[in-house]
Amino acid sequence: MEIAIISGKGGTGKSSISAAFATMNGEVVLADCDVDAANLFLLFNPSHEEEEVYIGAQTAVIDYNQCTNCQLCINYCRFDAISLKNDIVTISEVSCDGCFLCSHICPENAINMIPSDKSRMYSGSFRKGKMVYGRLAPGEENSGKLVTMVRDKAKKLSVENEIDMVILDGPPGIGCAVISTITGVEKVVIVTEPTISGLHDMQRTMGIVQKFKLQAYVIINKCDLNPSMSKQIEEWCNENGITTTWQLAFDKQMVEAMVHGKSILEYNSNLDISKKLGEIWKIISKKN
Amino acid sequence: MIKIAIASGKGGTGKTFISTNIFYTLLQNNYRAILVDCDAEAPNSLEFFERNFISESEVTQQVPVINSDICTFCGKCYEYCNYNAIFILPQKKIINVIEDLCHGCGACSVACKFEAISEKPVSLGHVSLYSTNKLPNLIEARMNIGVMSPVPVIKSAIKQIDDQTDIVILDSPPGTSCPFIQTVSSADYVLLVTEPTPFGLSDLKQSVETLRTMDKPLGVIINRAGLGDNKVQDYLGQENIPLLLEIPFDKKIAGLYSTGKIVSKTDSVLANQLLTIIKKILEKHGNSNNQR
Repeated sequence: MEIAIISGKGGTGKSSISAAFATMNGEVVLADCDVDAANLFLLFNPSHEEEEVYIGAQTAVIDYNQCTNCQLCINYCRFDAISLKNDIVTISEVSCDGCFLCSHICPENAINMIPSDKSRMYSGSFRKGKMVYGRLAPGEENSGKLVTMVRDKAKKLSVENEIDMVILDGPPGIGCAVISTITGVEKVVIVTEPTISGLHDMQRTMGIVQKFKLQAYVIINKCDLNPSMSKQIEEWCNENGITTTWQLAFDKQMVEAMVHGKSILEYNSNLDISKKLGEIWKIISKKN
Repeated sequence: MIKIAIASGKGGTGKTFISTNIFYTLLQNNYRAILVDCDAEAPNSLEFFERNFISESEVTQQVPVINSDICTFCGKCYEYCNYNAIFILPQKKIINVIEDLCHGCGACSVACKFEAISEKPVSLGHVSLYSTNKLPNLIEARMNIGVMSPVPVIKSAIKQIDDQTDIVILDSPPGTSCPFIQTVSSADYVLLVTEPTPFGLSDLKQSVETLRTMDKPLGVIINRAGLGDNKVQDYLGQENIPLLLEIPFDKKIAGLYSTGKIVSKTDSVLANQLLTIIKKILEKHGNSNNQR
């Protein structure tokens, strides 16, 4: 069973809650799909058993020995990536989308596409099972594809090691990386917080979740920061077909646990928040 | 004009909190300022202000439409497409465009020698202009739900900044991938917001590395100081990165923010601190590097 933890808004507590779920009973495969800002390896310090290179988007590079400065490519590029700098045709690495068109139309064959190979995917063991995480090189795009690679590896590890439970810690936002994280999972847990931003981002996230017709649960983390907003979020959920929502009060020890490299359950399983997370996980992890 | 991007690797560290409070403080001090919400996947900055709607423009992308009566199924467009957005089965005379994968580069149209490909626009999102006084000073990039990349919408929002502005605040999307790069590449200075936790530190390091390869001057604000540990401060010291401000963890601030209130409206200490930071940045980086 694959369960994805996502949020829309960043910093609501996705990773801390994923870590708690990963340290309940039994073995899990834990996949950090927030390839832009992977963090779970900091808590679980997994062994590096395998490393794979992820080939990301390509960037167009001009060979100035061939280029005649005819400027034809400038007219074809739709990403405003090619311009004249000091009268010389120049490609901006930031704006280049890697479409190849300039390379195709260049009469001198002076433009080459250079693939980026700095991103990595790592997998190995940690104290509760297997772990996979991606590290996207800065400025890289197509992070959805790296997420797909991470998920494929997690599924493979789950089969090979006969571990049924796969937990996916998702990225923030609602773009390609999130879509890649939730496509085809059994269940989605949305972690939100009682702020205006938390409510709005959760609503947009639900838009994505409903597009894929997935079963969703909502955890309102740090609910005591604004009880009336927490209630408002819960009501919105009830009206929009999410039958199970939970409220989780802020506990400083959640941060303390992180500082000590532990999940909240490993840090102190007797805390109210640990017990509550245990109950929540029982319901979420139950097979339909 | 100076453009200051407010960014962070980790989400939820307080980018929008800082952006909106700086913007409010600048207006109070009679600066000609604009706030651009570049977090097109999850835009929220505008909610903090009473505002009047000015205009909205749609951001579109071209996608190909293939006329299968004219198409010879030669496969040239499939060959040109670098996004796997064209699906072709020549024997069965089937050709389809997978619109979700298309980036609108136009390569397929160039590839087709039979004029079988035309194009139609599809919506990616909207850029809206609002005003808190008379001038349009709030710009929001909002990506449609289900769209893969927010980059075109962010680009379009940044293009709408009025040249006559003194200070532009760009509320950046989280992370260090293309939406972040698109936002900070137009900035003259980047203010990174972090929190003093292991996750905050790890993501901060990644942001700093990225910005250094781009040669962007940067400074750091630590939000929720007092939670977690001191390793972020240690790191900033080692790396010689200016620590501009520490905002203590305070449930009162969190409560105010949660209801959509501007904290610096009532908290004059914070307002002064933010103003001092901006003045410092203006002094050091204000005149140089004002390229668009």
